[in-house]
Amino acid sequence: MDLTYTPEQLAFRAEVRAWLEAHVPQGSLEHFDATREGFEAHREWEKTLKSGDWGMVTWPREYGGRGLDLIQWLIFEEEYYRAGAPGRVNQNGIFLLGPTLIEFGTHEQKQRFLPKMASGEEIWAQAWSEPMAGSDLAGVRATAVREGDDYILNGHKIWSSRAVFADWAFGLFREPGSERHKGMSLIFFPLNAPGVTVNAIKKINGHVGFAEIFLENVRVPAFNRLGEEGQGWHICMATAGFERGLMLRSPARYQVAAKKLAELWTARKETADPTLEADVVRAHMNAEAYALNIYQTASRLMAGAKIGPEASTNKIFWSELDIHLTQTALNILGPQAELTHAAPDANSVDWIDDYIFALAGPIYAGSNEIQRNIIAERMLGLPR
Amino acid sequence: MDFTLSEEQLMFAETARSLFADSSTPDHWRRMMEADEAIDPARWSSIVETGLTLVLLPEKAGGIGLAETDFALIAQEAGYVVLPEPLVESAGVAAPMLAVLAPDHELLGDPLAAIAIQHPANPYVANADTAAAIILHRDGEAFLATPDQVTLTAQPSIDPFRRLFSVEWSPGNATALGKADWDLAFDRAALFNAAFALGLAQRSVDLAVDYAKERQQFGKPIGSYQAVKHHLASAQVAIEFAKPVVAAAAAEIGARDIQARARVSHAKLVALEAADKAARAAIQVHGAMGYSWEVDVHLFLKRAVALTQTWGTPAQHRARIATRIFTQPMGPDQTFARDAGQKQEA
Repeated sequence: MDLTYTPEQLAFRAEVRAWLEAHVPQGSLEHFDATREGFEAHREWEKTLKSGDWGMVTWPREYGGRGLDLIQWLIFEEEYYRAGAPGRVNQNGIFLLGPTLIEFGTHEQKQRFLPKMASGEEIWAQAWSEPMAGSDLAGVRATAVREGDDYILNGHKIWSSRAVFADWAFGLFREPGSERHKGMSLIFFPLNAPGVTVNAIKKINGHVGFAEIFLENVRVPAFNRLGEEGQGWHICMATAGFERGLMLRSPARYQVAAKKLAELWTARKETADPTLEADVVRAHMNAEAYALNIYQTASRLMAGAKIGPEASTNKIFWSELDIHLTQTALNILGPQAELTHAAPDANSVDWIDDYIFALAGPIYAGSNEIQRNIIAERMLGLPR
Repeated sequence: MDFTLSEEQLMFAETARSLFADSSTPDHWRRMMEADEAIDPARWSSIVETGLTLVLLPEKAGGIGLAETDFALIAQEAGYVVLPEPLVESAGVAAPMLAVLAPDHELLGDPLAAIAIQHPANPYVANADTAAAIILHRDGEAFLATPDQVTLTAQPSIDPFRRLFSVEWSPGNATALGKADWDLAFDRAALFNAAFALGLAQRSVDLAVDYAKERQQFGKPIGSYQAVKHHLASAQVAIEFAKPVVAAAAAEIGARDIQARARVSHAKLVALEAADKAARAAIQVHGAMGYSWEVDVHLFLKRAVALTQTWGTPAQHRARIATRIFTQPMGPDQTFARDAGQKQEA
C-alpha cells in the first residue's frame, strides 16, 4: 500500500498536462450527438489526440496505443478532464470494444481494427439492445447465418448510442433456432453496408444520441466475428465488465463536477439554502470514493486480478452520484435551474443539461435494477 | 502508487478472522448477554496471545510496531463478530497514546491490561469499569488513574456489550502524563471504528443473505425476489464504496494534514452509514424475526448506532471535510494531494 505517485508517474502527469494545454481547443465543440458537424469536430479532435500518441494509452504500441499501465491511464484521464478536453466520441470503441478485442481478438483483427479506433478514423456504435431484448439481453432475435466465409445478418437493433453518425457497430447475433445465452456471436458491421438502415431517435434533450438499426441481408466477412461462434454472450459480459467496472465513466469526470459544484456553492451560499452545503460535501465525498475505488481496482488488475461482478457496484454508484451532484446544483441555482444556458456564477456549466444527461445513467449500460440483480446473485449468492 | 495489501497484511487479517470466528460466535454473545457481561476473559486472553493488542505499539514498548493499515484490518474483522471487548479503543487508541507519554509504563508490560480513554469528543468513557487504567483528559493534559481512583456512574447503552460511564475524578488522585496528542487519538479512533463498521456492515449483509436463502414464502426462497435482492445489493454497494476510503484513510493518517483528517472523517461517515444501512436491510429482510431479540442482527444495528455518534458526530466529520473542500485545491489531480502550505502541529 503506497498512495503516492512515483517520480515517473509525476513526470508523466506533467507531460500529459503540457500536451493538453497546448492542444485542447479553446471554447467547447458542438456536442457530438447534436449534429454531423459536432460529430466530425470531435473526430478531428481524436485525430489530434492520436497525433500526440494519446489515442488510447493503455493499448500495446503495435495496435495504436502507448503501452501504458492502468495507473498512467487514470493520470491521463485526470489531466484530460482537468483540461476540459472534448468528450470522447469513440468511447464505445476505445473503452468498450477495444479492451474486449485485446482480450478475445486475433492478431489480425487487432491489427485491422484497433489502430483506426485509436485514431478516430473509424468511430464505433454499439448495437446490443433490440425492441424485445433490453434488460433481458439474452432475448436477442437478430440472426447471423453462415454462408461460406461470410455471415448474412438480419434483425432490428435499437438504442444504439452514436449510431447516427458512426462508421461501425458491434452487436449480438444468433444462429437461427438457438435460444437464450447459447448460439450468439459478437459481430462487427459497417453502418454504411448495403442493407443497413439507421433511423435517429431523439433523446429527451432533443439530441439524436441514439438510433435504431435495421439489418436486411447484410453481408459481412466471418473475420468480423469476435471470438468463437456461439461465444457471444460470454464476450458480451466481458465487455460489460469493462464498461461498468472501469472505463466508461472516469472518476475524474465527477471530481471536476464536484469542484465546479463547490465553486457554485461558494458563489451563491449567501443566498442559497444553508442545508445544501451538506450535499456539496457529499458530492465531493462520492467523487472521491469513486476515484479511490477505481484506483484500488486498477491496482488489483495490475496485480493480476480480473474484473468480476463487483463491476456492477460501480455502475450503480457513479450513476447515482451523478444525479445527486447535478440535482444539488439545480437546488443551489433555484429559479435559474430551468434555464437552458449557463446561469450567472455557474462557471459556464450547463447544469440542467448535465442533470438531464445524468438521468440516463441508471438506464444505459444495463439498468441499475439489472446491476442489483447481478450483485445479489453473483456477489452475494442469492438464488435466481 | 499501489492500492493493494501485502501478503503479510492479508495473512494477519486472516489470523484475526479465524480467531474471532472461533471465539465470538452467536452462542458466545448469547451466554454473555444472559450473564450480563461485556468481557469474556478467555477470548480477551486469546486476542492478547495472538498479538493483536501489540500491533500499533512501538517495539521499544514491547509491541510489533506496525501501522494503522494493519490494525484497521484487525478492527474490520472484530466488527464482523461485533466484538464485545474494547480492542479498538484499548489497543488502537489508548495504549499507543500511553506508549508515547510513558514508554516504560508497567501497564504496557502487562499484556492483559485493557486501557480505557476519556476523550473530549465523548461525554462517556467506554469499558471504564473493567479497564486496568483510564487515560483521563484535562485541558490538553493526560492523566492516568485506575477505576478505583475515580468515581464511575454507569450510563447504560442500548448496546448490550458497551459499558459507558461518566467519570468524576481529580488530578490529585491520578498520575500526570503531560500534554497528549488528542487529535491523533481522535483520528485513530474514528478510523478504527470506521474499519470496525465495515465488518459490522458485511456481517449484517451475510446474515441476511443466509436467511433469505433459507426462508420460503410463496413457495420460493425470499432471496429470489428482487425487492429483497435489491435491499441487500444496495447495502453491498455502500460497503464497496466505503472500503477504499477506509483503506486510504489508514494509509494517509500519518500525514496529519487537512486532507488526511478529511479522509478519516469521510471513512467514518460512509462506513457507519454502510453499517446502518446494512443492519436495517438485514432486519427488514428477516421480517418480524429481525425485530426479535432472538435473531442477532440487532446487535449489529445497535453497535452501528452507538459508533455513528461516538468519536465525532456526522456533523463534526462533515465539517472537517468541508474544511478540506473550501481551503484546499480540489479536482481530479488532488485525490492524493497533501497540504503543502501549513504543517499541522502534532
